[in-house]
Formats: sequence, structure tokens, C-alpha cells
Amino acid sequence: MKWRELGLLAVVIVLCVACTMKDRNFIDPHNIDSILLWMPLLLTAAIGQFPVIVIRGIDISIGSIIGLSAIAVGVLLKSHPDLGVPMLFAIGATIGLILGILNGALITYAKIPAVVTTIGTLTLFRGLTYMVCGGDQIDASLVPDRLTVLAHSGITVREVTVSWLLIFALLLGIITALLARFSQFFGNVFAYGSNPSAAYLRGISPNKVQMACYALSGLTGGIAGVMFLSRFGNASPASAGSGFELLVIASVAIGGVKITGGSGSTLGVVLGCALLAVINVALVVLKVPADYQTLVYGLTILIALLIDALSRGVKKQGAAA
Amino acid sequence: MKHFSSLLLLGALVLAGCNSGGSGTDTSSTATNTGNSAPSGDTGEKLKVVFIPKDTANPYFKPVGQGIDEAKAKYNFDYQEQGPATADPTSQIPIIKDQIQRKVDVIVLAANAPNTLNEVLDDAKAKGIIVLTVDADLTGNESHRAAGILPTDFAKVGESQLELMGKQMNYEGEFAILSATTTASNQNTWIATIKEKLKDPKYSKMKLVDTVYGNDEPMKSSTEMEGLLTKYPNLKGVLSPTSVGLAAAAQVLENSGNYPGGPKAKNGGIHLTGLSTPKQLKKYVDKGVIEGFQLWSPKDMGTLAACLGTSAKRKKIDLKFGTEVDGPDGKKYKLDDKGVVYAGDLLTFDKTNIDKYDF
Repeated sequence: MKWRELGLLAVVIVLCVACTMKDRNFIDPHNIDSILLWMPLLLTAAIGQFPVIVIRGIDISIGSIIGLSAIAVGVLLKSHPDLGVPMLFAIGATIGLILGILNGALITYAKIPAVVTTIGTLTLFRGLTYMVCGGDQIDASLVPDRLTVLAHSGITVREVTVSWLLIFALLLGIITALLARFSQFFGNVFAYGSNPSAAYLRGISPNKVQMACYALSGLTGGIAGVMFLSRFGNASPASAGSGFELLVIASVAIGGVKITGGSGSTLGVVLGCALLAVINVALVVLKVPADYQTLVYGLTILIALLIDALSRGVKKQGAAA
Repeated sequence: MKHFSSLLLLGALVLAGCNSGGSGTDTSSTATNTGNSAPSGDTGEKLKVVFIPKDTANPYFKPVGQGIDEAKAKYNFDYQEQGPATADPTSQIPIIKDQIQRKVDVIVLAANAPNTLNEVLDDAKAKGIIVLTVDADLTGNESHRAAGILPTDFAKVGESQLELMGKQMNYEGEFAILSATTTASNQNTWIATIKEKLKDPKYSKMKLVDTVYGNDEPMKSSTEMEGLLTKYPNLKGVLSPTSVGLAAAAQVLENSGNYPGGPKAKNGGIHLTGLSTPKQLKKYVDKGVIEGFQLWSPKDMGTLAACLGTSAKRKKIDLKFGTEVDGPDGKKYKLDDKGVVYAGDLLTFDKTNIDKYDF
């Protein structure tokens, strides 16, 4: 574990202790459940966003990918109510993958900057979402219990439930961490992110790296879309995944993945998601008035980033000494 | 064949329309009393009624059109729905023009903007067409339509919701409100009414412990609902007068099992109610997570529009503001000083009736 992750972990722990001192409800099993349930969707999407940010890119369309996947799978459930859970996830992942490949193709081959491309597809995919369902909601009666049960059952320890959704998301995290350490692909991603021209000279195809990263981001977004149905039990074309892009990008940034590219870790991303989950649930359970919540939320993110920056300073000094 | 017969019908209607076309003098100021005869007793030539929703895709307006359509035999009219593809401020203008050309008798309109249709609606009025708005009125430009039909008196929603909440929790115990945003004016009015009504001795044993805001986002609403369950161990009720909040709360409550009759019900469980469409919550009502909830009936707006429009046309009722008219159910409906009339009270949906509704 590096300084950056240690710093972030310290922030999460200090925050949890402070919240518990303020209000014992914070460590109530219900509340811990609530924090743990906050994470899977975010973490899944953030795992895909991570390599995209590493290569100095960004996928702003992720909120709409989640929405389109959730709605499309919901529409499919209308005509095929018996589809099994693995099949639903496979379909969602495939939809996300196709959308991600589209993003990747526009960025790689049409050479449109990632920010502009994915702002465009953010709207485009949302538009497709409305089209797919004809403006209708996916009502709760369409979402089978075998899917929603994944959000409230899992491994229970002392009244606290680690849901199947979170276990699934953490597994994806572990796989990514292993790949980041050992795979050729992630090696290329980091090399390309730290210095694209040098990577090119070393024989790394920038096109392949970019396409793969955006496709991966789409894929995890598609999975997160099915998780959305599982967690919330219904989906509306307007609100499903809407605004999620900001959370995903924030969690990756807080997790210490450098926006300027080339560095970051899966553990950092997990901690970034955990921090956002803790803050968002703490605002509720500590009874912060609704009108102040946004401000407190923004401030906490800034403080987390500041502590991250400071811990990086410590590391540099340590290296110099 | 279908086209041919409708063409024939159209021809007949154009002829019929000619007979009555010139008689609609909207400038006459005689406030006609409707008398005692029920509108259903009316005969006379078949009228033409058109419904123009905000756009053709909006599912909310489907039952409105259905309400008009189902009344066509009773009030003897031919019905058409003609909506624009998009809900733009000006997209309804060409459609209204077409309908004036077609010499319709009644236009029922869910206006996309309160101020862009004045001119074309004045044209319609000059041709003797009765223009009624449903759901979306011409606020500030009321003189350009005959009457505006709103689904329910929004001032009464808070009271009605509190009464339902009270009934479910036996008028006793702690309850909380899960609202939309702090800036949603309808929500704030209802919450203010609820707080005011709580002073009534009837509700003296009910205590509003918290009002939280889910911002009409599924994620925030779920977290707020989970927060309520954590913060208030003695909570007996949650009232969510917004459909996103209520759907999210229902899923959270189902997961927790702490609803009346649920697997983990504490002290009888938590009663959840609010506002939503029946389709969205049917699953939770079937499972017993939610006992009952409310909404206005978009369909009743359509039925009232059909009744009001055709009887105004036939009896030449001047729909002057303040006029009382007979409704489809025989009750009197009074237009207020802005020409607004309410289609009815909130409907309560529960196990006994939820299967009857499809919106």
C-alpha cells in the first residue's frame, strides 16, 4: 500500500470515527448496510473508468450507459420475463460493451476529443433510452425478485449484510487489481498514459489501447445498469443513471488516479468509492439539513483531495530524504 | 374499408358542422343556467372532438384521451387524437390550424406553453370552437380558452394524504415525509398543509419527526429512506408524495421486511403511502408492502372535458368564469374566477381496485 492509499484510508477511518462520535446511529447495522449498498453500482462503473482516466481520457457518457442498459434490460424483461440473472447481466454487459466500442471508435478513429465525444454520447444514449422504452417506465412488477434479492441478501455477519452485488463488484475489483499488476494490457495502458509517444515508439498501438479502455468502461457501465434494476427495483428513462457520471469520475479522482494520466490503483478507486458512500450516507443519518447537504458534500470531497495532495507531498519528501 | 367509412363519416360531420357552425357566438354575455337536465339526455347532431396532448409519446396523456374516447357514445361525438411529435412551445400551432380547417366543435388541449397559442386559439374561438385545456393550462392567458380542467384541487392534496397516512397508522405514532426537492413548490405547499392540519385534535397522537428530500433521484431517495429506518426506531409511517420517492421507499421497505405483515415487522411494521401511478406500485401492493396510496385520475379529466365541451357547444353555455355546469357523474362542477375546474378528488388505490387501472 502506498502513501496515497494510506492517506485515503485514514480519511475514511477518521470520518467514520467522527460520525460515530457525533451519532451512534452511524454504526447501527442498518446504516452500515446502507453504506455498503451505496457502493456496488459506483464501484463497478468506476473500475471501468479507471483505465480510461489512466490513458488521459474520460468517459462522461457512463451515466447514460447505465441508464440505457437498465432500461433496455427492463424492456426485454417485458417480453421475456423468465430470463435468468446471469443472462440479464450478460445482456446488460453486451449493451454496455457496444456503446463503449462506439465511444472508442469516435475517439480513436474520428479523432474527436474524449470530453467532447462522451458529452455528445451522454445525450445520445439518453435519447436512445427514451426510444427503447417509448418513454415508459420500467415498473417494479417487471423486475423479478431473483434480481432484486441480490441487493439485500449476501453474506451476513453480525446483522450487517455484504450484498451479492457488492461481492460481485469487489470481485471485479480484485480481477482488475490482478490484471493491473500482471497483465500486458494494463502495462500498455499505464505506459500509454504516462507518455503516449514513447509508448508508440515501444510498439504499443494507441488505437488498440484506447478502443479497449472505452469498451471496458462501457462494459462495466452495462453491468452497473443491471445492478441499478436490482438495487432500486424499477427504472425511469429520465432518472436511471442520470448524474452518475459525476460520481464515477469523482470517485476515481478521489481514489488518486491522476487526471493527467499514467498512474492510479484499483485499491485507490475502491477507497474513493467507499469515501463517497460514507459521506453520502453520513449526510443523511447525521441529519444534515437538506439545504446544506450539497455544500457539505462538496467541501468533504475537496478536503479529501487536499489530504491526498498533502500525502503525495509527504511521499516526495520521503523519497528526497 | 376503414378509410372509406371514416371518410364518409367525416363528410357527414362536415355537413353537420355547417349547421351549427355559425351559431357559436362567444361574445354573448348571457350567463346561461344549465338547468336540471343531465347532459347525457342530449341528442342532436354528432359533434367532433379532438384531443391535442403535449406530444404523442407522453404516457400520462394516454388515459386522458381514453377518458374522452369512452365518453363519445354518451355525448354523441366523433373523437380524434392529434398530438405533435415533440412538446415544443409552437409544435401544437399547425395542428390547431388543421383542426380549425376540419371544423371541429371542441378542442381539448394540454398546452405546451402558456403564451404561444393565443392567436391560433382566438381564431378557433372566432369559429365557434370550444377550447378546453386539460392538465396544462394557459396560465396568465386564461381568456384565450373557454375553461381549464385540472386533475384535482392541488390545495387539498396535503390534507388527503395526511388522512390516508393517519388511517393506515391508526392516527397514532411517529411518521416522516420523504419529499422530492426543497424547491418543489407543490411539495412544499402539501407539507405546509400537513403541518397545519396536524394541529387538528384528530391527529394529536401523530408526530411528524422528520422531512427529508430524495431529490427525485432513486439513489438519494433510497438512502434517505434507509436513513429514516435507522434514525427513528419507533417510526410507524412514511409519507412520500412523489412517485420517484415512493417507488424507492417501497423497495427499501420491502428489503427491510419491516412492513405490516412483513417478515421483520417491528411493532406492527411501518406503513408507507404517498402519490404514484397504480402501475408503478402494483407489485408492492400485491405483496402487502404498501397498503394504499393516491393519485388524481387523468382519465376523469378527459371525461369531464368531453362532457363540458359537448354540452357547452350544444346548449351554447357561455363558460363564463364562475359558471356551474353538470358533470358526467351528475354532480355540479363550478368554474373558478380563472375558469378553472377540478376533475375530482384524489383516488385511493389499494388491493381492492388496483387491477382496474392501467396507467
